[in-house]
Amino acid sequence: MSLTDTDEVAVAPPEVRASGNGANPETPPDSKIRADKVDFFYGSFQALKNINLDIPERRVTALIGPSGCGKSTFLRTINRMNELIDGTRLTGKITLDGQDLYDRRVDVVNLRKRVGMVFQKPNPFPMSIFDNIAYGPRIHGTKNRKALNEIVERTLHQAALWDEVKDQLKKSAFALSGGQQQRLCIARVLAVQPEVVLMDEPASALDPNSTFRIEQLIDELKTEYTIVIVTHNMQQAARISDFTGFFLRGEMKEFGATDKMFTNPDQKETEDYIRGRFG
Amino acid sequence: MTDRPLQGSVRPKPQKVVAEAAAATEPQPGPARPAVRRVGDTVYGGLTFAASLSIFAIILWIAWKLTEQSLPTIRAYGFRFVTGTEWDEVKGVFGVWPFIFGTLYSSFIALVLAVPISLGAAIFLSELAPRWIRTPVTFLIELLAAIPSVIYGLWGIFILLPFLREKVMQPILNSPLPNLPGVSGMFQGYGVGPSMLAAGVILAIMIIPFITAVSRDILRAIPRAQREASYGMGATQWETIQRVVVPYAKSGIIGAVILGLGRAFGETMAVTMVIGNQTPSNPFALFEPGYTMSSALANKFTEASPGLHTAALIEVGLVLFVVAILVNIVARVLVFYTAKDIQGGR
Repeated sequence: MSLTDTDEVAVAPPEVRASGNGANPETPPDSKIRADKVDFFYGSFQALKNINLDIPERRVTALIGPSGCGKSTFLRTINRMNELIDGTRLTGKITLDGQDLYDRRVDVVNLRKRVGMVFQKPNPFPMSIFDNIAYGPRIHGTKNRKALNEIVERTLHQAALWDEVKDQLKKSAFALSGGQQQRLCIARVLAVQPEVVLMDEPASALDPNSTFRIEQLIDELKTEYTIVIVTHNMQQAARISDFTGFFLRGEMKEFGATDKMFTNPDQKETEDYIRGRFG
Repeated sequence: MTDRPLQGSVRPKPQKVVAEAAAATEPQPGPARPAVRRVGDTVYGGLTFAASLSIFAIILWIAWKLTEQSLPTIRAYGFRFVTGTEWDEVKGVFGVWPFIFGTLYSSFIALVLAVPISLGAAIFLSELAPRWIRTPVTFLIELLAAIPSVIYGLWGIFILLPFLREKVMQPILNSPLPNLPGVSGMFQGYGVGPSMLAAGVILAIMIIPFITAVSRDILRAIPRAQREASYGMGATQWETIQRVVVPYAKSGIIGAVILGLGRAFGETMAVTMVIGNQTPSNPFALFEPGYTMSSALANKFTEASPGLHTAALIEVGLVLFVVAILVNIVARVLVFYTAKDIQGGR
């Protein structure tokens, strides 16, 4: 599977990859994404300093840390979203399945098909529910109405939204509640059949009940997808993630299994942050 | 590359600002304010109310005076004034339809020419242009909007008319195009210069800066999250612009176009200088001189004799006033419904 491929084959259906998913956290899972000496700059401001980390496949990895620590910046280097901002620069290496994402031959369109993203605020398009989900498949060449119907139904089921909206697929996505919109955005990302789903504080703009639904959803999705989630909410990180990375002032201070990070971290700064002494 | 840090923490945080503003306006505990303050509030409120009321008053006053002064022709001709196709001061026949049609036709030509150019420029400036191009070009466009219309008219007479005559009208008249069925009416005439086409082109040039500037502002105002959602799913820049950015801006862009149309309707000086001011034998003829309501007014008023003739010209003004209001109402309705379409019609 190559990022430089332009055909549909570049994305394997999730069913194929779903086999051999060990729920046992004791056996170390395969690394899906690897960051190697990553530095990142906004103009002359260095936002990331020497980030080294392995994000395991089909697990939930949480990135925590105080505001401005670089966790969102790091998340957005994985699908090269930071490139949309003028004057940014990255050194070091980020690989997906061993392939350098910043290699000149990598087609960013193919990369973003494999690495989907859910944003902090729900951002549905001003279109119907159906068209929102069909957006990705359509731009990637699926025109067949029947195939689109199947994708919409499947992803809405996956995002636990189908029962609420099945009779109003033609209605504007803006008519949904905030929590429903966010689940729609997740369904919209799943419709592109990514391997990795990046989530940038996906529940921070939602009420507690919607947050609970999103967390449940993340737990179900990790059997098929590698999930990286940035969150301000440490309880959330503790509840939903298998691994946690703690960022501070552009550096990654500590990375490990979530259980250990939240009970017995190696670094004093991690403990101080988790205990709520700062941040 | 800029030296300005664009880190998350430096960006404005609207929610927080709103919260702080709300906190700042909360009533402060302490002694009640003296009643004098409330008198000040009343006076201030009254003054601003009077200011907004004066706009109403001016519009009503204009409408009333136009109607009052055109009563002689309204009584004499009734609705035939609007539908009549002949205008002859000497015979005392006043039919204003050719002028109405000229206004609509020249404005339509202007829109056909200006909308694609304006949209293209707005999309380029908002989505594609690097900053060092964006800033000076935006400034130039705003400068274009500030040029007085008589200067456009002069430019039209000395540059545009000869150009259209040599490079557009004569070549087309010498080509087989005028003989094609269906379009023959559009390409009649001698093609000497002053013409409906020239009016349309000059109007297009005048409204391009308006439509471009307003559309660009609307495109810039589209939330970044919309673009990111699209790029995040592997959309190309073109797909994002075409399928997300422009549809999101649709109602605003329609509003921008209507603003341009409104300006084209009322534009007098530049049009009068290039349109030729004659009633055309075929109203659709692009290369023949024509009339618009405003150019007819400007041309005929100086020689108008008191009585029916003057009343007829004032009624032309009244008709222009009504047509402009009607178009604006239609535009409002159109913008309202496209916006509702986007918002989901809750």
